[in-house]
Amino acid sequence: MASNDSSTTQPKGLYGWICARFPLDSMMREHLTEYYAPKNFNFWYFFGALAIFVLAIQIVTGIFLTMNYKPSATEAFASVEYIMRDVEWGWLIRYLHSTGASAFFIVVYLHMFRALMYGSYRAPRELLWVVGMVIYLALMAEAFMGYLLPWGNMSYWGAQVIVNLFSTIPYVGDSLVEWIRGDYFISDITLNRFFALHVIALPLILVFLVIAHILALHEVGSNNPDGIEIKKTKDAQGRPLDGIPFHPYYTVKDTFGLGMFLIVFCGIVFFAPTLNGLFLEAPNFDPANPMQTPPHIAPVWYFTPFYAMLRAVPSMFGTQIWGVLVMFAAIALLFFLPWLDKSPVNSIRYKGPLTKFMLAVFAVSFVVLAVCGMKPPQGIYPTLARIFTVTYFLFFLLMPWYSRIDSTKSVPSRVTYHDHEH
Amino acid sequence: MSAFARLSAVLGRAAAPAVLALGLAASVTAVAGEGESFPAAGNDVRNNASLQRGARNFMNYCSGCHSAQYVRYNRVAADLHISDDVLRSNLIFNPDTKSADVIRSSLPTEDAKRWFGNAPPDLSLIARSRGTAYISAFLKSFYVDPSRPTGVNNLVLKGTAMPHVLASLQGVQTAEFTTEKGQMGDVEKFEKFVLTTPGSMTPAQYDEFVRDTVNFLDYIGEPAQVRRQDLGVWVILFLLVFAGFAYGMKKEYWKDVT
Repeated sequence: MASNDSSTTQPKGLYGWICARFPLDSMMREHLTEYYAPKNFNFWYFFGALAIFVLAIQIVTGIFLTMNYKPSATEAFASVEYIMRDVEWGWLIRYLHSTGASAFFIVVYLHMFRALMYGSYRAPRELLWVVGMVIYLALMAEAFMGYLLPWGNMSYWGAQVIVNLFSTIPYVGDSLVEWIRGDYFISDITLNRFFALHVIALPLILVFLVIAHILALHEVGSNNPDGIEIKKTKDAQGRPLDGIPFHPYYTVKDTFGLGMFLIVFCGIVFFAPTLNGLFLEAPNFDPANPMQTPPHIAPVWYFTPFYAMLRAVPSMFGTQIWGVLVMFAAIALLFFLPWLDKSPVNSIRYKGPLTKFMLAVFAVSFVVLAVCGMKPPQGIYPTLARIFTVTYFLFFLLMPWYSRIDSTKSVPSRVTYHDHEH
Repeated sequence: MSAFARLSAVLGRAAAPAVLALGLAASVTAVAGEGESFPAAGNDVRNNASLQRGARNFMNYCSGCHSAQYVRYNRVAADLHISDDVLRSNLIFNPDTKSADVIRSSLPTEDAKRWFGNAPPDLSLIARSRGTAYISAFLKSFYVDPSRPTGVNNLVLKGTAMPHVLASLQGVQTAEFTTEKGQMGDVEKFEKFVLTTPGSMTPAQYDEFVRDTVNFLDYIGEPAQVRRQDLGVWVILFLLVFAGFAYGMKKEYWKDVT
């Protein structure tokens, strides 16, 4: 642990020279060596650090892809194949980036589900949650723009379908869609601006938001699986009794987590980069063709829960905007989670059976909707999509009620920590 | 095939099921079961002799009309261990073509559109966009249909503009259909193919011809795939060792956390 009098000794040498001119030492302390994190983090707490790691993968591989990619309708598809075939290690860079996109959503979804389980969105972490949600929105925009760039046929028609959603908005819809595309259809102009947004605007926003997310986290302190504020019980020096310095304890633990993550990640990159059409869709190996739609247009898996909701809602009063509204509401509701949850306790560990049941319903709804969104709207899938769209919304809309009336267990004053579990 | 190569090939096949543990179980199996299914092509991109035969088949029977515009002759030669002499004498037909050139068809697009109504698709990525099973089934499913301008139809791709260019090898087959009463009227149901005029190959030889050709298409779809899997084995082995050390280090550091 950090020695008590470290704050009085001045760093020496080059490090000292820098620290006299830049708050390096104080930043290291504030965010690493003297940032006290609860000692009872479990499996679910790997995914925040992993999300940062995946962001780094995407930025680095993205830079190298940009060196060989051509953002033009006539050259984009061929330039991706050039990367796959003629650029040294191009195939690896491209697969790291394409697998990284899906991996980003996997770790972010698990990271968000962690927050749902342990009440990490609750006071005083509302703003932390809201910043995280804005990151999620930026990530969706980033992924959507990036998916157009290979200029495959699914890129093209996926963009066509998603951009056209905005045309359902009354009065301004058509003009808005034209403004987004910069043309009367998805064209070279659209590709150019999506490229600009994908490689500069959105990554810049993402990086700033991630910094804001970490600053907000370190201001309020980390939640933990027990949902107990470790700042309430401190030792004589003012350090939380159940806290341990992030560095070295969690840096070494996260290094192990990173190793495990990379085994799965590289397993996909090297042995199944398309993952059966889930991470790279087969129709996207055909170049964009405005004259020919793929047999079945579906977005990549991470958007399919929302796509399923979009299709689940029928058009009424001569407009299809209801499905669009439902889809956006499904994401918007997440922002309000801190104020929908009226439970007296934070963590699922101390919440009652009703809340546990509803959280399970939510998780099942999300997965079933994801499957429905991949399938053509035939057979049982439209019915399933409608049922689980309703249950998805019930999780949020009934929360003020069930979180209030549900039974709770008594929360201990200190976190539960069993050495043997780790 | 070395034991090592076999291991990486097996890993390649096993990886997709392995990631089910990631929590995507439902969706992955859902996608795998989608669409029309064809019998597996049974090709092996590690079988170099088969790839060489496939390259020969492709150059002789496909490249007249189909390009492979992302595939360079010399890359194929290097990957399939074909010497420059053999490449120039047997696989490159145009003396003006350099070995670093990509594979272009000798059929001008304008003529193709006039003659067939459609330009034949580029085949660089056909194995990735349609799948090897589909191509294999397609090449075996031509049958006599006098109503078509080419005299043949295809069971897999109804009304295809492609003539049966492999008829001299496979022979000519007819398709037998039975008519069934369906809810929406009569439905024609495919029964079987009957070989009416034998070709220069036996059915078994033709199957192998198709398998080799599909194998070559699989290879050109992603020329780096064998290297990718071979390298992947070392990467995973390294990561296992890395994760092992990382776990030991974590244990050591966390000793004093009580």
